[in-house]
Amino acid sequence: MTRETMDVATEALYERACDCGIETGLDRLEAQQPQCGFGQLGTCCRICYMGPCRIDPFATDGSSRGVCGADANVIVTRNLLREATGGAASHVGHARHVALTLRDAMNGRAPYAIVDRAKLLSVATGLGIAVEGKADTDIAKEVVDKALEDYGRQDGEPANWVAFRTPPKELEMWKELGLVVSNVHNEIEEAMHRTSGGNDADPVNLLLGTLRMGIADGVGLAMATDLQDIMFGTPQVRGIEANVGVLDANKVNLAMHGHNPVLSEKIVEWSIRLDDEARAAGAEGMNVVGVCCTGNELTMRHGVPMAGHNLQSELLLVTGAVDAMAVDVQCIWPGTVKVAECFDTKIITTEANVKIPGAMHIPFEAANADEAAEKIVRTAIEAFVARKGKEVSIPQVKASGLAGFSVEAIVDVLAKVDPDNPLKPVIDNIVAGNIYGVVAFAGCPNPKIRASEMTEIMAKELLANNVLVVTTGCTAHILAQAGLMSPEATEKYAGDGLKAVLTALGGAAGLDGPLPPVWHMGSCVDNSRIVNLLAALAGTLGVKLSQLPVAGSAPELVQEKAVSIGSWLLALGLTVHTAPVLHVLGSPVATKVLTEDLVGITGGRAYVEYDPKKAAAGLLADIATKRAALGI
Amino acid sequence: MKEIFVDIERCTACKACEIACAVEHSATKTLFGAVFESPAPQKRVHVEPALVYSYPVRCLHCTDAPCIAACPNGAMTRDSVTGSVIVDEDRCQGCFMCAMVCQFGAISVSAQTRTALKCDRCPDRLAVGLPPACVEACPTRALVFGEEEDLASEKRLSAAARVAQAVSGAAVHPSSATPLDTLRSLRGY
Repeated sequence: MTRETMDVATEALYERACDCGIETGLDRLEAQQPQCGFGQLGTCCRICYMGPCRIDPFATDGSSRGVCGADANVIVTRNLLREATGGAASHVGHARHVALTLRDAMNGRAPYAIVDRAKLLSVATGLGIAVEGKADTDIAKEVVDKALEDYGRQDGEPANWVAFRTPPKELEMWKELGLVVSNVHNEIEEAMHRTSGGNDADPVNLLLGTLRMGIADGVGLAMATDLQDIMFGTPQVRGIEANVGVLDANKVNLAMHGHNPVLSEKIVEWSIRLDDEARAAGAEGMNVVGVCCTGNELTMRHGVPMAGHNLQSELLLVTGAVDAMAVDVQCIWPGTVKVAECFDTKIITTEANVKIPGAMHIPFEAANADEAAEKIVRTAIEAFVARKGKEVSIPQVKASGLAGFSVEAIVDVLAKVDPDNPLKPVIDNIVAGNIYGVVAFAGCPNPKIRASEMTEIMAKELLANNVLVVTTGCTAHILAQAGLMSPEATEKYAGDGLKAVLTALGGAAGLDGPLPPVWHMGSCVDNSRIVNLLAALAGTLGVKLSQLPVAGSAPELVQEKAVSIGSWLLALGLTVHTAPVLHVLGSPVATKVLTEDLVGITGGRAYVEYDPKKAAAGLLADIATKRAALGI
Repeated sequence: MKEIFVDIERCTACKACEIACAVEHSATKTLFGAVFESPAPQKRVHVEPALVYSYPVRCLHCTDAPCIAACPNGAMTRDSVTGSVIVDEDRCQGCFMCAMVCQFGAISVSAQTRTALKCDRCPDRLAVGLPPACVEACPTRALVFGEEEDLASEKRLSAAARVAQAVSGAAVHPSSATPLDTLRSLRGY
């Protein structure tokens, strides 16, 4: 990591951390160098107590084996399936939490309501629930039953959300390949069982298991998005701001970090209700800002400012201006507590399964949501009182743009051009080449490659070549901070064809300028929105997803969740770019299947490239091949 | 005299050598004993990043060792039995002249006594015919313990084979790429 090449805000915060003697992830990454080759190649096995075993990467004849006889192919593919299982467990757990909250709300035991009736009806109808003459509450209860059925059914039938949200051609393909997922909890159990000592030793079978785990992950993603939209509203296009400059020294800065809007929505509500208390305490009001994916949830639905991506979660605290950071689940660095200790900042954990020594813990459950949210906001106000008058340092850096591109919002805009067939303008322009293709960016900022501006440069290269970029997760923070979600970015970065399309759509939508060239489609679970959009395009064209001139990219992959999401996209037949490389290079079988053979199975392909320009070129070549096959 | 040689191509940066070194220099000489010892045992080998490679840096026990010459107290000496350059902790005054003149950064500091700390090539192990702990721990044989002449001889034979292949017109096959080579090429774009 060379500090000189980082963005201005990150650079400034890192400098301040160094000046204050505060250790951050960037320092720890440097201290961890060099990192173990066995881990990077995936050839370290710690599954049993005859081990740990490691496979010599120089014994390329396969002679190096673990005590039980497992070779590199077995060890790598078992480890990969376990990574995907960790990711899928996160997403299906998230979705279940939301489903239970909706259940409790409908039974009068949790203070949440149906906010988006249209979404409730469309989801219920999609799940095959008859809605005529029923009360909304009863429909919602039936939706919850369908959701919980996906965690309990033992009949082997496709999970409700698989049947509902999988395009028909892909569902048919999965049936033929034996990949249909019925019960997501069973999948997790099966995966942990088969990768436990002395079970599945067929690397190809294990890789198919990873695809299944991707499909289970997709159930979690789609269910979470659908139920969250019902409870909190389907996002509409709105103006947003991004980067550390959204902190305000004179306000009570309450950063929401984590993933589940069940918590963060309540915090927004209580921040409004307690704004007067904040003012009475000497602040100019409450300032809720979003970090990581719960930040995306809030910005998509309420325009809450996006304070920073995951890598900035520690650095934001270095400003001294964050009064409280309340967190729920996933991507919460233990290091945040150490940074917070240098200031008056309170780190507040809320989930029974995510606690950090040194943090304050305020238990948050749906039933006591109001009490807990009130307490969290008051804690932030108290921390402000302690902080008031002390020196803070907020780099005045922020970018503005548009977010809120749910499929529904996109269709609303497109319907203004062609009310009868809203997708037609997009498809016509894809056929004509004005939109050369679509690339979806998802995942994290990885400190190992953040300094290369991997995400920004890749996106700009693709835009210049008329590829529309859609994004979720922390890559959305990166691209928003780079100004790529603004209408001006269309003028500056989009190729002529894409610029013309976005300008026409912007005009139809009643905007002053074009639509932005990068569409913020939400949080990590909202990768489901991207797949829904692609499914609609493929359905209209009558082709498989694998035939569309589209690709996915986790340009700075970090989490197991990115592995499971990527596995879902591979199962759906998409080309998926990653950097860094998955922990698979130690296995010739895994490497070959993922990068070559899979094309002949699902149509999907894993592609690795660390150089942003080469990666963009690689995806453009992939899109060119798909366009040629379609004869466009 | 046997030396520890490093094949940088084979180092995976797993740091098994670092752990084995610390354990060998602990009171219990067992991993599970060493992790509970206080003061914690210290390693004398450091795996450092080097471009896309990694390299275990340790004392090379130089024939004409500048650290021995630089030590004002005669604390840095050559062991008459093993030939290793070793520190006499009782004589060492902790001035680190030795560290200043060492070209390899092989001399660090003992956390407990503030005296010079360096590789001693595991004399207890050598006495019973075992290789140094780092060598034994290396899972890829990046570290080897052998005679200088044997190393040179091996390289001479390899060089001769390459010349012979070229002269005979036989295709000179590039050595097949290992997974680690692929990883390095990705990281070193």
